[in-house]
Amino acid sequence: MACDLWRAKIEAYADGELPAAEQAAFDAHLPNCAACAADALARVQMKRAMATAGKKFTPSAEFRQRIEKQISSRPKSSRLKAWLPGLAVAAAVLVIALAAGNRWMASQERRTLGEIADLHVATLASGTPVDVVSTDRHTVKPWFAGKLPFTFNLPELQGTPYTLIGGRVTYLHQTPGAQLLFQVRQHRISVFIFQDRPGLDFTSGANGSVSRQLSFNMESWSEGGLRYVAISDVDSGSLRQLCDLLKAAG
Amino acid sequence: MAAFRVYTHGAMSDEALPGASFEDLALPLFDSLYNFARWLTHNREEAEDLVQETYAKALRGFRSYQPGTNFRAWIYRILRNTFLTSRTGLKATMTVPLDEEEHGPMMPVTPETPESILLDQSSRQILQDAIEKLPVIFREVVLLCDVEEMSYQEIAEMLGIPIGTVMSRLARARRALREGLQAKAQGA
Repeated sequence: MACDLWRAKIEAYADGELPAAEQAAFDAHLPNCAACAADALARVQMKRAMATAGKKFTPSAEFRQRIEKQISSRPKSSRLKAWLPGLAVAAAVLVIALAAGNRWMASQERRTLGEIADLHVATLASGTPVDVVSTDRHTVKPWFAGKLPFTFNLPELQGTPYTLIGGRVTYLHQTPGAQLLFQVRQHRISVFIFQDRPGLDFTSGANGSVSRQLSFNMESWSEGGLRYVAISDVDSGSLRQLCDLLKAAG
Repeated sequence: MAAFRVYTHGAMSDEALPGASFEDLALPLFDSLYNFARWLTHNREEAEDLVQETYAKALRGFRSYQPGTNFRAWIYRILRNTFLTSRTGLKATMTVPLDEEEHGPMMPVTPETPESILLDQSSRQILQDAIEKLPVIFREVVLLCDVEEMSYQEIAEMLGIPIGTVMSRLARARRALREGLQAKAQGA
């Protein structure tokens, strides 16, 4: 092919727009033609320079954000989607924490109930189980005045199988409370009264109904800011009955 | 000499995957659309308005876009049409030389042409000035070919002109650029 004819195609050649066969033929022609080779080289260099010089303008970050916001097809859901893994992790952590917390609370509760059982057993083992010995509630109740930061009511036990033995000041978790000792037949029942606080609300165990803890029957309830815990080796029916009397008096 | 052919059109896939969202397709083109808009408008605010309007129109018309076809050419066409109807665009197209479609003989690049000066920073500036001075119909075609690396076919479709016209405009644009560079080199 004559050089003039190649010259007509040199632009398309530099742009890589010639059909494959012609492109190859041009490749073959170039080493034999200094003029075409120089021209083609100049055009390719020009293209390269254009590619660099033409990329002159960069959008500002502020404008980019504006456009991203404009074309975001699902602004809320995509944001939510981005948060989902984090939320899932947070939820999992929360569930684990709650489970651990529950277990911890449950173990705390068991420990507290265990301490109350210990107090009851220690009282029974003592030669002087109570500091105020009286079957009269009007004697026992005033005895606590000034010894405890709260007061409580005691039921009239006349005509019931229960008798009041007396009371003493006791401590649970470094806070004072009243321990009342009752008797029904040959069984002793301790009733502890503390100011109610977190850690004393026995949600999983002996709350509102008789439950067995360490082979003792226990019942606990809250009333007027006070936490009552009754514990005994007596049958649950007898324990429940005393508790009902106390609740009625409270 | 095969090393001359640095451009292989079509190697880059511009075809959108079916099911791709507008955001997925349009956001990667943001920088080059903005660059092209700046070259068309010569002005930052106008370029931003142009790009913003282009995205708004494209988003509205996204349903008319055929998945699997050339998304880049589609959105560039929107940008260019938007530009042409703008005040700056109307003014720019009024100054089109009457002989623009003339198929002049392919002028050889003379060996003295100082393309080698293009390698440094100052000549880059010179070339940019030369691009600025090109009438818009030549400016866009050379930018689309050399900067956006579009094929003649793509450019022809985008601008709605025959491939022959794309080639003649490219030749005219490059001749003008070379002349501008030569004048600058000789003046310096």
